[in-house]
Amino acid sequence: MNILRLFGRRKSASAARERLQVLLAHERASMGGTDLVEILREEIVAVLSKHVKMEGRRVHVKMERGAQVSTLAVDIEIPFDTGARAA
Amino acid sequence: MGNVIVVTSGKGGVGKTTSTAAIGAALAQRNEKVVVVDFDVGLRNLDLVMGAERRVVFDLINVIQGEAKLSQSLIRDKRLETLFLLPASQTRDKDKLTPEGVERVIGSLKKAFDWVICDSPAGIESGATMAMRHADAAIVVTNPEVSSVRDSDRIIGLLDAKTVKAERGETMEKHLLLNRYDPGRAASGDMLNVDDMLEILSIPLLGIIPESTDVLRASNIGAPVTLANSSSATARAYVEAARRLTGETIPVTVPGEKRSFFGKFFGRKAA
Repeated sequence: MNILRLFGRRKSASAARERLQVLLAHERASMGGTDLVEILREEIVAVLSKHVKMEGRRVHVKMERGAQVSTLAVDIEIPFDTGARAA
Repeated sequence: MGNVIVVTSGKGGVGKTTSTAAIGAALAQRNEKVVVVDFDVGLRNLDLVMGAERRVVFDLINVIQGEAKLSQSLIRDKRLETLFLLPASQTRDKDKLTPEGVERVIGSLKKAFDWVICDSPAGIESGATMAMRHADAAIVVTNPEVSSVRDSDRIIGLLDAKTVKAERGETMEKHLLLNRYDPGRAASGDMLNVDDMLEILSIPLLGIIPESTDVLRASNIGAPVTLANSSSATARAYVEAARRLTGETIPVTVPGEKRSFFGKFFGRKAA
């Protein structure tokens, strides 16, 4: 076993450790962000429902975290008739 | 008031039930009054591992639904006077595990026992969150492989968010129980080692349980491994983990680490 190590065979445990470190750093960040996204979604729905009739889940909020910059995508679907009514 | 401990992991098959039985029995051997509670409604197994499967009359759901008294559902262990089992239901739906019912049962058990050890089902659904909800401390059972570590990390996040203690702004005490550790594979570099796991999960270590056929043998005869073969390395590791849980400071021995060169070839059985 030690001879293999001398010849520099990469051990699978170190690959496991590195993969986990990268993965968990991302997952912890996104899990922590889940609540924020949900809060944003609820508040966006609340603001919109003052002006247009909101039914069900027609607001999609998605946050993507990058190394340098994060993006927040908000996708709001307004049904035709309610839009006409509001106009 | 007794201590409520949840034994959890996220991933299935890592040894939650085995560890619940072994640690429960180890505490009871020290004359602590212990109840082990099976939260795996629909797929109960703690009764089988404890060797009490033929003595189940009433279960946790019966108590929650008011169909039986708590005292009627508790099964006293035949080997240890101070060890009790509260079985899960095998036939009922897990949705019957209501938050109010669970709170009431755990509250009553806390008054009567020194230790209430909740064996969580796998996953992160209601059964698992219900099992951890009222815990004072958690034992996170983890195997040295990537999927188990990832799921443990997720469970640690839930313990810090979805428990009564966390909601009160208190810190949930979490302990890592590293299970199915294989010293041979750790030495060859093909298994995550203890330091890797501690660094990744960053919770204190309760114990390292070596991979062993003793566990299978113990479950075959229906005895917690700490009672089935008390001199085995596995049993000793569980006994030490139980003692650490009570607050004793005992250095953790990494299985196989002190073994000599010859030990690598001749010492396998010790693991």
